[in-house]
Order: sequence, then structure tokens, then C-alpha cells
Amino acid sequence: METLNHNIQAIPLNHYILLCSIIFSIGVIGVLIRRNAIVIFMSVELMLNSVNLLLTAFSVYHGDATGQVFVFFIMALAAAEVAVGLAIIVMIYRNTNSIDINVLNRLKW
Amino acid sequence: MSTFYFIAFLSIFFSILVITAKNPVHSILYLILTFATFTIHYILMNAQFVAIVNFIVYMGAILVLFLYTLMLINLNKESEPQKSSFIKIIGFIAGACFLVAVVAALKAFKTSQLVVLQDPNLGLVKNLGKILFNEYLLPFEVSSILLLSAMVGAVLLATKDPKTT
Repeated sequence: METLNHNIQAIPLNHYILLCSIIFSIGVIGVLIRRNAIVIFMSVELMLNSVNLLLTAFSVYHGDATGQVFVFFIMALAAAEVAVGLAIIVMIYRNTNSIDINVLNRLKW
Repeated sequence: MSTFYFIAFLSIFFSILVITAKNPVHSILYLILTFATFTIHYILMNAQFVAIVNFIVYMGAILVLFLYTLMLINLNKESEPQKSSFIKIIGFIAGACFLVAVVAALKAFKTSQLVVLQDPNLGLVKNLGKILFNEYLLPFEVSSILLLSAMVGAVLLATKDPKTT
């Protein structure tokens, strides 16, 4: 554990912010360029995880454990979101035989 | 120090593969690898509770749920839809603009202190449990209600309506 603590001491906070914003942008690009609804859900999971990593980094940086408690709440929220979202996708597939989001434009007027 | 940069490179590499893989099953497997690198990040920051929860909940529960749904839906490769290349370029430019805006804001601040772990037992289960069950007891109970309602909603949505069939 001492070597791990020594490892972290050399990393600036900016590099954590840079890493997390790069992964968040990859998630945004994934939502924009894919048409498969499940892959879009996975990009949303990538965004949630990058925010989790940044919250933990700030929590360690400030020496405040509240950030890691919030990561726990975000994970509970993500589990609930995935369960409901995948149930909706299964229902949509049963009705339309496709999970292409361009088929799902019936909500438009 | 170089461990962090190697793992950071791996997580960016695998997350790019997630959104570019043609087959959705491959994309889910790359997502598992991305979450594994995130778990290593948490261990490097000595956030042991978050690392274990990330390992169990994300790599265990959520990705198995994804894989199970994908196998249930049974996509064949011919029906895999692709957006037109114009939309893809526009989406890439939009995401890159977002990244440039964040990085420019980061440069403007010029804060680059090192992340130093002052308290070695900050992320341990004992410390986090004390905070969770003292200050955040009410949100903890509310999140249990959230999980219950999500479970009821998922079962309600996924069962077939007997009147329509």
C-alpha cells in the first residue's frame, strides 16, 4: 500500500480532469454517431463512469470522503436506469422488431 | 507515476473501441475492459470501497444485464443500422468541440496541484460506512426505494400484456 500511495503523489489533478473529459467526450460522440439503442446506452454508461472517476479524484484531492459516498449513490442510480432502460428496449423490440433509433420516430408529431 | 499514464491510455483506447466496434457484442466486451481499467484507477487512488463496488456492480451486474439483453434480442449483422457518414462527421465535430471547450477552460485556470492522499484510510469501508450511515442515512433509504421502484417498473415493462396478444 505504501508503493500505491507513492504512485499517486506524482500525478497532477489536471491530468485526471483531462482523462475524464476525454472519456466523457467519447461517450457523447458515441451517443451522436450510433443508431443501435444498446450501444447508445453503453455510451451513457461511459459518461457516468467518467464522472464517477472524477468525483473520486476530487474526493482524494480534498481529503473529503463525501465524494465517494456520492459515487455510491450514482452507481445505485445507474443500476436502476439500466434495468428500466433495457426493459423499455426489450418492449420496443417486441413491438417493432428493431432497436434502430431512427425507426422510433413515432413520438415526433 | 507511469502506471497511471499507461492505464489512462488503455481506458481511452478501449472506450474508443466501444463506440467504433461494428458488432454490439464486441462493444460490450470492450466496455468490460474499460471498466476494469477504471477499477485499477480506483485502486491507485486507494479508494478500495469504490473499486470493489465498481467491480461487482458494473462489471458483474450491469454488463451481464447488457449481454443478456443483447443475446435475447438476437441481432444479425445484416440488420445492423449505420448512420450516414455526414451525420457521423457532424457528431464527431460536436464531441470534439465539447472536449476543446473543457480543455480550454482547464488551461485558463492554470491549477495543477498534485493529487496527494492525506488520509490513508479515506476510501476504506469503515470510514465510508460511518459517513454513509450518519450523515447520508436518509438518501441511502431513498435510494433503496428507487431500486425497488426500478425493479417493479422493469418487471412491469418486460412482461407481455395479456390483452394485446
